[in-house]
Amino acid sequence: MGNVIGIGASPKRKEDQRFLTGRGNYVSDIKRPGMTAGVFVRSPHGHAVLRGIDKSAALAAPGVIAVLTGDDVKADKLGSLPCGWGISDAKGVPMKEPPFPMLAQDKVRFVGDMVAFVVAETPAQANAAAELLTVDYEVLPSVVGVLEAVRPGAPQLFDDVPNNICCDWELGDKAVVETAFRKAAHVAKLSLVNNRLIGNPMEPRAAIAEYEPGTDRFTLWTTSQFPHVVRFLMGALVLNIPQHKLRVVAPDVGGGFGVKQFHYGEEAVITWAAKRVMRPIKWVASRSEGYVSDRHGRDHVTEAELALDETGKFLAFRVNTLANMGGYLSTFGPNIPTNLYGPLLGGVYTTPAIYCNVKVVFTNTVPVDAYRGAGRPEATFVLERIVDVAASEMGIDRVEIRRRNMIPKEAYPYQTPVLVQYDSGDPVGCLDGALVAADVKDFGIRKAESARRGKFRGLGYSTYVEACGLAPSRFAGRLGARGGLYESATVRVHPTGQVTVMIGTHNHGQGHETTFAQIVSEKLGVSFENVDIVFGDTDRVQFGMGTYGSRSLVVGGAALSKATDKVVAKGKKIAAHLLEAAEVDIQFEAGQFSVAGTDRMKTFEEIAGAAYVPHNYPLEVLEPGLEEQAYYDPVNFTYPGGCHIAEVEVDPETGTVTLVNYTAVDDVGTVINPMIVEGQLHGGIVQGVGQALFENAVYDEGSGQLLSGSLMDYCMPRADHMPMMKVATHSTLCTHTPMGVKGCGEVGTIGSPAAVINAVVDALSHLGVTHVDMPATPNRIWRLLQNASLPVAAE
Amino acid sequence: MTVQISFTLNGRPTTIDVEPATLVTELLRETLSLTGTHIGCDTSQCGACVVHLNGLPVKSCTLLAPALDGATLLTIEGLQGAPGSNQLHPMQEAFREHHGLQCGFCTPGMLMTAVALATEKPVLTEADVRHGLEGNICRCTGYQNIVVSVMAGAAAMNAAKGE
Repeated sequence: MGNVIGIGASPKRKEDQRFLTGRGNYVSDIKRPGMTAGVFVRSPHGHAVLRGIDKSAALAAPGVIAVLTGDDVKADKLGSLPCGWGISDAKGVPMKEPPFPMLAQDKVRFVGDMVAFVVAETPAQANAAAELLTVDYEVLPSVVGVLEAVRPGAPQLFDDVPNNICCDWELGDKAVVETAFRKAAHVAKLSLVNNRLIGNPMEPRAAIAEYEPGTDRFTLWTTSQFPHVVRFLMGALVLNIPQHKLRVVAPDVGGGFGVKQFHYGEEAVITWAAKRVMRPIKWVASRSEGYVSDRHGRDHVTEAELALDETGKFLAFRVNTLANMGGYLSTFGPNIPTNLYGPLLGGVYTTPAIYCNVKVVFTNTVPVDAYRGAGRPEATFVLERIVDVAASEMGIDRVEIRRRNMIPKEAYPYQTPVLVQYDSGDPVGCLDGALVAADVKDFGIRKAESARRGKFRGLGYSTYVEACGLAPSRFAGRLGARGGLYESATVRVHPTGQVTVMIGTHNHGQGHETTFAQIVSEKLGVSFENVDIVFGDTDRVQFGMGTYGSRSLVVGGAALSKATDKVVAKGKKIAAHLLEAAEVDIQFEAGQFSVAGTDRMKTFEEIAGAAYVPHNYPLEVLEPGLEEQAYYDPVNFTYPGGCHIAEVEVDPETGTVTLVNYTAVDDVGTVINPMIVEGQLHGGIVQGVGQALFENAVYDEGSGQLLSGSLMDYCMPRADHMPMMKVATHSTLCTHTPMGVKGCGEVGTIGSPAAVINAVVDALSHLGVTHVDMPATPNRIWRLLQNASLPVAAE
Repeated sequence: MTVQISFTLNGRPTTIDVEPATLVTELLRETLSLTGTHIGCDTSQCGACVVHLNGLPVKSCTLLAPALDGATLLTIEGLQGAPGSNQLHPMQEAFREHHGLQCGFCTPGMLMTAVALATEKPVLTEADVRHGLEGNICRCTGYQNIVVSVMAGAAAMNAAKGE
């Protein structure tokens, strides 16, 4: 028994010491004896027939060990990259699922599509040789926008995917919605774009692969959010490596945000190549390479209509979206704009009827997949923008219209018309809290002060709900998931009472080594310092689905909680034996096993020690050892929610939008570590602000070139873009997770884009501006102001 | 062809032969196995590679190794003082105290910039810090806790100087 640090405390993070001193162990830091360097040759064209590759000059270059192409992949009869979700249209017709080869075969479909892999003694030699590869392309017209891609006569990516439509997906009762629209007193309409984003974790992707002929085993070190899933997909479905012969390690990973949760072709190619060259190979992406190969996010074009009665009550919501998949289906690709989008269109409102149609479309762009929030920011943006439009058109206050339609706290659990049932929440409580924290009542004074300086000030609201911890497996399976969505944890109690936890989630900034240790410390009464969390290595951790979708604490934490319960149960058996009492009479509290109503007790350490020294155990009923494992499959999603309020100032001279205040009140359920939760909220909010004001992946139609292809061209939020934010939690407890947690990693990114854009539109509303697409860059705002009837001075 | 350069690295005299085209990041990470200095981009935008050259913060990803000849270089590995010491620099301590890091990848560059900022200007305002961190990108923290950390770290460095 020592320094117990439990739920609700904010100990300093265990992982910080190594990161602060430069002793983190990222993939690019690792060296292996005899290591070679790998470089990918990527298509410079958005769309082209691959007529042939001449390797001879590259092979003859100094230091070159191998040059591999799609023909070699074919010759070795390897699989293509699998998609993890198989969605279907309303009639049950499955999506079109063309193969995604690990090196391009016959055709390239986006700038960055991989055509060859060069292995040489040094990175410089590999790069030089890559330049010598002669690739014969027959360039075809590219199509990069979804509207263009579905038009008749558009370039076709795949012969058997007419009109480039992968799936025509729908959700909700179309007829009921149509009836409701006929009865509406008012219909608000809005067309909008959800801009394409690039995740940009600060650590570029990297991988090292090694084959050991002595054991016939492969090891892949990779910047992954889910090493076990990579092992499963790559081993079983791509390279035909038995699972027990393949170790996948994701050590310290420098940020993920979704971008690192997919199985990438680079991982498969480098692992395959390592056996062919019989030496370890390292590949580290440059940032610019990441721009054309990391999976992108968002990219929707949407038409939405909201039907209201004369009092502003929502009657029905209808949404038609074209969602860009890019050139191929990535691991979760088709799941994001469908299952993680449509069911969230209810938001925190009582809208009785919702219909959503999503056309999932192929284009000559980098494949699109989950990026922080994944589907839910897109749903929130459509809904919260159109609520503002409706309020403005009907002359109802924006807060009032939200309040009138919010699900009251007492109405939970609440079944929406689009599949999901929210277990708990308090949208009105979050709204009320945010109104006070943001000092909305004095906004008029601040606006007048801005006007005196010639600036337009605006206030924007966003209320939202999200779905975390993708689940349960049974439900996800019906929606098209090809894998399970549980998590596992093993709690190993050493003979000295110290604890090692092996968990299937992955820590890449979220502070799991700290939060999970707090859970164990509290539940077992052991010292916080005496708990270590092991993750990210398929040889050390039994199994796991990794970290994405704010699932780690929700699902992984639940598995851990269950496993510690099993440790306590086993400890009670041991204590009963040692104390010569009945098992039912043993109590466990604050790290001590005692016989109820007596002073006879054993400490956790004594039980741990005795577990490994079973001199007089009744072995037929009591096994030695103290190590327990649990797999937890959730019963429902969790539904965090909240209210965000943004305040901006627009400079009409330059079009610059400055975020001046930001307030968030979020319901994330039980907070295990307030410091870490606050950090997650901050980071999430700024990623959403980035989408709203700065970030945009821009392609050139026709050539398919990515114009925002480096950090020089893609504007990332920097420290001086942000004000100090006010964040707070207003939690209701999740009713079905063991600790009441809901998840917090994505809420900021989900709530913030709509709040910021609603504030920008509010600032410009006196000029007749009703909508601004993201990102609200100075150029876009300035052009808008030139077209508006700009008064001489702000009102 | 290689050139010989001599410089002081984290307090220790160092002499080494380098190819003239070697970048300081490559020299540190590959040759000297000092992997705390990170490479996050190829356009000198992200700041993960910031080190101190003759006491001033520089982005080492666009600095050629021959430029080190005769110079004093401080990397994240030298920030703590005595080798093997677990004692953190006041700025490192402030980042730990105020949760100024999440994934940790940008952290060495952030710390080196932060220490330079605090050295250059004894009393830092929030605006000074935000402006001073413009060349360092963090994708995790949203900067708020970094800003708080830098201000606290600067105050602690000042206090230590006064003792």
